[in-house]
Formats: sequence, structure tokens, C-alpha cells
Amino acid sequence: MAGNLDHAGRPVVAVTGLGVVTSLGRGKAENWTKLTEGRSGIHAITRFPTEGLRTRIAGTVDFLFDTPVAAPVLSERLATLAAEEAVEQAGIGTKGNFPGPLFCAVPPVEAEWPHRRELASECDPAQPITYPALLAAAGRGKHADWHEGFLFGTVGDHLADRFGAKGMPISLSTACASGATAIQLGVEAIRRGECDSALAVATDGSVHAEALIRFSLLSALSTHNTPPEAAAKPFAKNRDGFVMAEGAGALVLESLEHARARGAKVLGIIEGCGEMADSFHRTRSSPDGKPIIGCMKKALADAGVSPNDVDYINAHGTGTPENDKMESMGVIAVFGERAHGVPISSNKSMIGHTLTAAGAIEAVFTLLTIANSRIPPTINYEVADPAITLDVVPNVARDHTVRHAISNSFGFGGQNVCLVFAGAPQ
Amino acid sequence: MPTRRDTWITGVGILSSLGEGAETHRRKLMAGEPPVTDTATIPGYVVHPLAKVIFDTQIPKKGDQRQMEPWQRIGTYAAGLALTEAGVAGKSEILSEMDMIVAAGGGERDIAVDCSILTELRTANDPEARLNARLQTDLRPTLFLAQLSNLLAGNISIVHGVVGSSRTFMGEESAGIEAMRVAQARIAAGQSEIALIGAGYNGERADMMLLYEFARLCLRGAYAPVFSTGRAPGMAAGSVGTFLVLESRAHAQARGAKPIARLAAVHSSHARREPGGLKRALAALIENARGEADPASTAIFSAASGAEPATSEEAEVLKAVGLPVRAVASRIGHGFEGAFPAAVALAALAVNAGKLYAAMDAPLETPGPAHLRQAIITCAGHWRGEGVGVVEAVD
Repeated sequence: MAGNLDHAGRPVVAVTGLGVVTSLGRGKAENWTKLTEGRSGIHAITRFPTEGLRTRIAGTVDFLFDTPVAAPVLSERLATLAAEEAVEQAGIGTKGNFPGPLFCAVPPVEAEWPHRRELASECDPAQPITYPALLAAAGRGKHADWHEGFLFGTVGDHLADRFGAKGMPISLSTACASGATAIQLGVEAIRRGECDSALAVATDGSVHAEALIRFSLLSALSTHNTPPEAAAKPFAKNRDGFVMAEGAGALVLESLEHARARGAKVLGIIEGCGEMADSFHRTRSSPDGKPIIGCMKKALADAGVSPNDVDYINAHGTGTPENDKMESMGVIAVFGERAHGVPISSNKSMIGHTLTAAGAIEAVFTLLTIANSRIPPTINYEVADPAITLDVVPNVARDHTVRHAISNSFGFGGQNVCLVFAGAPQ
Repeated sequence: MPTRRDTWITGVGILSSLGEGAETHRRKLMAGEPPVTDTATIPGYVVHPLAKVIFDTQIPKKGDQRQMEPWQRIGTYAAGLALTEAGVAGKSEILSEMDMIVAAGGGERDIAVDCSILTELRTANDPEARLNARLQTDLRPTLFLAQLSNLLAGNISIVHGVVGSSRTFMGEESAGIEAMRVAQARIAAGQSEIALIGAGYNGERADMMLLYEFARLCLRGAYAPVFSTGRAPGMAAGSVGTFLVLESRAHAQARGAKPIARLAAVHSSHARREPGGLKRALAALIENARGEADPASTAIFSAASGAEPATSEEAEVLKAVGLPVRAVASRIGHGFEGAFPAAVALAALAVNAGKLYAAMDAPLETPGPAHLRQAIITCAGHWRGEGVGVVEAVD
């Protein structure tokens, strides 16, 4: 039986609970079935009018509320469901009494247009709207609950209260790497002996008109509106951008020693984390790929795992022309000639880009990939890109034994994180 | 578990209504210069406006400045000051290994666009379609990046080359507390050698103030210190950028860097704010932090926001502790995510000088000790989150 300390003498960090919600559905079972069937959760947006918008599709989660709710409300609900599933599976603590801290990746949210418009309706109709007028309306105190509703800390606060997590919850954002950062912070806290367990959650329920338009104005989104399920085309030559999506992922992290001592079923191991920021540009990767290469190399070194031992790469794979090209280049730089023999697939081809939540959702899927020895495909791969020569597991899931896997997350703002996973120790 | 290592503060960069730089702040605060406030920027509300700054000195490319909104410029500038002060600016071999945690809130909106759209939508026949159309034509594509919380860190990477790691914590005052706590814990445990921690806040924005004014928490009318007699006055936002360079003693000594002070500890809690919750949590944190400290050489730096009921409750706790208090927000305004880092920075500068800043005419601000050796920094978030830090002189 493998020891409880890793190659560097640190506590091994086990995963004992997993939870997930995406546009494919609620829970691991439904998601895994659909994911390995190659089904897409992308659909036409019905939450708000999309007439005149260049992009009219997304992977929104529409099955939790009957009427549209504000982004933090949906984000909190998604996170709660994912965390409940993970904590229940882990069987850790008692209800409402999780024994460790919470690391919670949340989308940056603010009062939305419906709120602004309601406030505007309370201003003098004879005068143009100004912010001083809006402030005066706000100061009448009629919307006091919007304060708590839109604080950045609120989703994390509510989750910490609900699950009884210990200490101050950490709310965080590293854009599209946020979910991986939440896991990384939990791993570090366990490794330094600060806690025996941690709850890492990442959630994003922030698809609304302005968010969609903002990404659209950056030319980041696919405009392949029909059929929606064919829009996300990672690694394909005709890829034309990512598809915004919603969801949440949650992981119960535990020192292996703690998990074993309480007889918990270990689902997998987080062997290493690597990170390197990019100083090149706000939205584009450094042309030499140094930060992408660096974060993968750092993660493998942190894990004590050689590139030769990696059997699967869970790609960031957004489907933007830029990301997939740079990620492919980075993989080839790290894995050398072997790069073409290591399967790499993008969950985003099916669930879209869940932004803040992506790193955690894809960590859940990577651990399921290892546990089931089955790799979910990259769907919508119809036109090969001669510049990307990797084995992208096109269109159909594949049985494959995976001992070690990595999952990449790269964010706007140059925040790049790579996580290394292994199956449960024998 | 690794041996816990000393964490030194080797750089402080601060930019506020009082001016820029550690020395300017220390000099003005020692001299008891009055706070700089105005009620014209946002009519009726008290803010501490940013002193005049030539951003080019820390953000040389105009293109970079154009890509940022003021909160990012303030933060990026303060980060540059801290790196310069620590003697690591431009040293890519150190910056490439430097860890960064930024505590950030939301970005600033395009106020003119918001107001114009809101005015039009009041009478529009199909307001949702008009909203879509207006947003598509009126939003500047780059504004998005100037608003994203993690893009202050992104800009610091681009402008200053800090790329070892980059994390952005959110959650108002708690974000600043946890940023300092995690950075200190990582250094103490050997997970990090050198880190850049801080925040930037633009207090002169009505759009940012709106969130707090929903709960009527902002200071209206005339300036008042956060610890005033009777009710807490409300929050006066301050434009403040603060960054600190934290470093393991071994790393600092190896490069010949001098410590400003030692960051001995940061602890936090997450009290439910039912009656007495904040007071119990804060009192316990302070009791724990006091340890063996000699009361004759210790003072408290409070990051109290000025919001009720948190500030009044903190005042009760501090009164019972009985040490001299200096309230940071009374001097430079409340910086939300940056409130705790700013209080740690100003505490470190005072401890380094061995002398407490001049007292203001306000409760709790009793005269300081003859020799200041240790500071306890308190932070009770205006809504949730409590933290305490300890800064000590290094002999």
C-alpha cells in the first residue's frame, strides 16, 4: 500500500467526494453518461431575448428555476447542488458541519440591468438618469437585500454557512482558471498541515445579455448558432470561438491519511499543481507558449510525474482559434514526440466553457475518466486542423487505461493552472 | 509539517489621498496631517480622493494605462512602488518566481453608457431589444478587461513582470485578510519565498458606491472619523492602492534586503453576525494575537470601515482591550478589499519607525507608547469576515 506522504514528503491529497452540474444535467451519473455518449448541452438561449445578437447560443442551466434569477442566485444554487453531491459521497463530517475550509471560485457579479432599470424607475421621470440619482434611489433603502445579494463574498458566505465549513471561506477568481485555483488552494492548505480536509467548489451561472455581449465584443464566442450543439469545435480547423456555459463542480479534498483513517473510499489523488502567469497580453498567450508550457512542467514536477507517465490530457480546449493552437504547441513542447500518442480531449465540446467553474468541473470529469478507464470525446471534430496534430479523441469516447492525467486551465489575464491526477492508490 | 519560517515585509507601496509612497504616508501621519476628503466628486457623499499621481512613473506605457480603469491603475501603480521599495523591480529572475495574491472587487462601469441606456429604456417600446442593441454598439470591448476582477493581477504581470503565480481573492474586506493570511502561511510553511500582496480601490465612483448604498452604509454629509462618539458615521470610500512584498527571512537575507517589519501572524474568522457574534470573534482573535506582547510597546491599527453595526461593535472590543488605537479609514478612507493590507502596511511603517502616528481627535485614539515594537491589526468586514494580523519590529 502506497504511503501517506508524496515524493516531497508532503501529505498526499486524496479526493473523496465529487459533485457536478452542467447543462447536460445534474449529478455525476447523468453527466458521465451524456459526456461519454458525446452529447452536447449547448442550446439556443431562451433566458433573454437574443434578436440581433451575433451569438444566440449557450450552455445555460435552465432546469433549476422556473423564471430567470440573478447570476449570484443561480451560481449559489449550482454550487450548493454540486457541493451537496460531493459531501454526501465523501460521507465526511456531519450534516452542516464540514470539517475543513471552503475554497469557492465565483463569477464576478454586480447588480444587473433589471435591477438598474428598477432603480431608474424610482428616479425623477422628468430628468435624465444619473448615478447620483440612482444613488439617491438606492439610499431610500427599498432594495437593502441587493447589497448582500451582489457582494462578491456572498455566495461563499452562504455556502460556508450551509455546509458548516471552518474558518473564513475564500472566494476567488482567476477567470477561466478559477476552478483549478480553488482546488490548488485546497491542496496547498492540506499540504502545509493547516487542515485535514477542504471543500473546493467552483460555480458559474452568469450568462446574461451583457456578459454575452462583452465576450462577443472581444470576438471570443462562436457564432455558429445553428445547430447549437455543433458550435463548440475544439481543435477542429473550423473552430470559431467558445460557447458560454454554466455549471458547478465540487471536490472534497482530504489528506490520504485522514481519508484512510476514517475508512473513506478514495476516488483519486491530486498529485500536483502548477501555475505560471503570462505577462504578454490581457487576452492572448505569449507567442512562445512559455507560461502554458511552464505551468504544465511545474505541475508535473510538483507531482513528481514524468511526461512519459501521463496517459490523458484534459484540455482547456476552448475552441477559440488562439487557445487551441497555443495549447497544442504547449503540449508538444512538454511531451515531445510522445505528444501525438497521448489522448487529449475537450469536455467543452459538449458542455461549453463554464468559465469560473470550468477547472473544477473538468477536474471532476478527469477523475471520472481515470476511474472508468474511458475518455470522453472531443465532439464536433469534423475538419482536421493540419496545424494541430494531437490525438483529440474525435467524436467517440474511447476505452483507455489512465494512470496519470493532467487538466489544463488558462484564463484571460494570463492565469494558467495545470493539475495532475491519479487514480485511487491500490 | 515543515518548520515555520519568519515572514518579513520588505516592501510597502501605498498610494492614497495623502499622496504616494511609504515615506510620504509615514511623515504625514506622524505629523497628524488632516485627512483629505471631498463631497463634490459624488455629491453629498464623503470620499477620500486620490492625490495627484503621474501614472507614467510606474506604468510607463500609455497603451497599458488606456487598457485599465482607475482601480487597476491605482493598484498597478502601488504594486510598482512596493516592488521598487523592496529592491526587486525589474529583476526578472526574482519576479518570475514571485507569488501574487490580489484582493479585488468589481471593476468600474461606463457610467455615461449606463445612464444613457437607462434614460432611453424608460420610454422604449421594446426595452430588452434596445438594451441588446445599445450594449453592442456602446460598450467598449476593452472595458470588459478593465472591469474583470482578476485583471488587476493580469496588469501587474504585464506591467511589472510578476509571474510566479497569480491569484485573485474576492469577497470585500475578507479578500484582503485572506490574501495576507494565505501568503504568510505559504511563506511560513516553505511553499513560497517571496510574494506580492495587495489591492487597488477607486473610492470616487458612484457605480461602485451603489452596492453599499443599497444598505445605506455610505457616509453622507460631513466627514467624521470612523470611531466617533455614538453611532458609527458610515463608510467614506477612499481611493487607495496598497501592495506589500512579503518574503521569507532566508530569501531576503540572501539578497541583502532589509526588513521593514516582521509579519508575525494573520488569523481570520467567519462569525455569524448575530448579536455578539462579531465581538466574540474579534475579541478572541485579538486575545490570541496579543500573546506575550508587552502592552507598553503595542498599539492597534484598526481597518474599521465606519459601517454600523460592525464598527460600533469593534469599538466596544477595542475599548475593552485598552491599547492605543489608530483607525486607518479615518485617515485615508475605506478601501474595502484593500482595507486590511493598507492597515498592515501603515502598521509596519510605524513599527519600523518605533513610533505611533499622531492621534486624531476621536475616541480610542489615545497617545502611543514611547517605543512602538508591535502592532495588532484588526479588520471587521462591514458585512462579514474578521481578521487580525501582528506586525513586529525586527532588531
